[in-house]
Amino acid sequence: MINSGDTAWVLISTALVILMTPAVGFFYGGMVRKKNILSTIMMCFAPLMVISIQWVLFGYTLAFGPSHSGIIGGLKWFGLIGVGQLPNADYAATIPALAFMMFQAAFAIVTPSLIVGAFVERIKFAGFLVFSILWATIVYDPVTHWLWGMGGWLRGMGALDFAGGIVVHVTAGFSALAIALVVGKRMGYGKDNMEPSNIPLVVIGTVLLWFGWFGFNGGSALGANGLATSAVVATNTAGAMGATVWMILSWLHRRPSLLSVATGAVVGLAAITPASGFVDPLSAMVIGGVAAVISYYIIVLRMKFRIDESLDVFACHGIGGVCGSLAVGIFASKAINPAGANGWLYGNPALLNSQIFAVAVTAVFSFAATYILAKFVDRFVGLRVKENEEMVGLDISQHAESIV
Amino acid sequence: MKKVEAIVRPERLEELREALDSKGFSGMTITEVKGRGVQRGITLEWRVGDYRVEFMPKIKIEMVLNDTDVNEVVDIIQKTCATGNIGDGKIFVYPIEQVVKIRTKENGTKAI
Repeated sequence: MINSGDTAWVLISTALVILMTPAVGFFYGGMVRKKNILSTIMMCFAPLMVISIQWVLFGYTLAFGPSHSGIIGGLKWFGLIGVGQLPNADYAATIPALAFMMFQAAFAIVTPSLIVGAFVERIKFAGFLVFSILWATIVYDPVTHWLWGMGGWLRGMGALDFAGGIVVHVTAGFSALAIALVVGKRMGYGKDNMEPSNIPLVVIGTVLLWFGWFGFNGGSALGANGLATSAVVATNTAGAMGATVWMILSWLHRRPSLLSVATGAVVGLAAITPASGFVDPLSAMVIGGVAAVISYYIIVLRMKFRIDESLDVFACHGIGGVCGSLAVGIFASKAINPAGANGWLYGNPALLNSQIFAVAVTAVFSFAATYILAKFVDRFVGLRVKENEEMVGLDISQHAESIV
Repeated sequence: MKKVEAIVRPERLEELREALDSKGFSGMTITEVKGRGVQRGITLEWRVGDYRVEFMPKIKIEMVLNDTDVNEVVDIIQKTCATGNIGDGKIFVYPIEQVVKIRTKENGTKAI
């Protein structure tokens, strides 16, 4: 039976999450050099176009359609045939199946835009488009099926992912690392100045992400209820803690920079995502804070290894997602969500095992599949722009546009 | 006739303009420029660690003056813009061959 409150909340949450896709563009756009701002925003915006279509045609049915051995959904719902205004009780009993589909579409759209941070300022737009559509089909849709699809094999093993810590952030983070290795460093990386061109734009992106995250995590309750509220509280608390911790780390280094605060917020929000519907506010605080410290030093390490994963998708989303997903195994409580499970602190250490397993499988699969896919696209379409195109900047060379 | 060109800190501009105005030197052209001297730019805080800004924002002031006024103006600029810190800028003085006032077609010192 459709509940109008639940439906309204999920539709609003869908809009909130959709807003996060251009927000990622502002977040990343402000961090690149002036000659690549438009290209960066364009690449983050592109999934809103192409993945919206991919999802309706076959993405949704691959992720959520009737399962083939827990590995992938079939093509039964190709073109959304059979996905209608009545609820599908397998996924959400009180909202139209189409509302659930559209809410999930917003997740499928935002995930490829997160990966953009890995290869900004040097990627060929055509190669990027082909990569993103194939990535959504080969990496995102199957992993979503494993964890969230009816009959998905990781779900069957008891792994929990409330709002996409594994499905969204671990896939995006480890894929970002893989494709960054294939595309290679920017010209002049570590030598030339790569000053962020517009820090206020980064902050606009950050606050829109924070705002959208209430829909991302709160909406994942799939109802307008206490659990949604609990997820919203956990989300805000972890984001605040991530930002605060990162501010302190930056202060210890020199001065508390706005750029570091914005980054810490995103790390805290990413980390709480898988746990937001399973943990209490104090646990959320620990999760946001611990993830911020770990991610910070992962970036330090990444720079030491001179890997140009340019905007640290791996550290922020990959590591944030790993921290939060493992934390589910420790802090999850049935008192918060009876449909979930208890974690280690509540007498069930077994949950941590299934969390570790699901994270490891997803990380390895995302990295390996993306590495092969990126090599493939590089070979047949090309992923890297020519030297002079890179020097002039992607705004002009890829889009014939310029902000100046 | 001489041209005085000074590269100064942007934050000193308003005080400098007032000081020059109060002595009757009202005409000047300013440009927002970037540059570097012995200071070589600065290191700022990135999300983690540093990033370098190699060229610092400065203001370039250009004034064309009678020879007799040059020392006074140079003096005002130097006094007003000196903070004692690295990055205070420099003053250059050039000879000027000809000046023409476009509205009246007057030239030479009358056009200044």
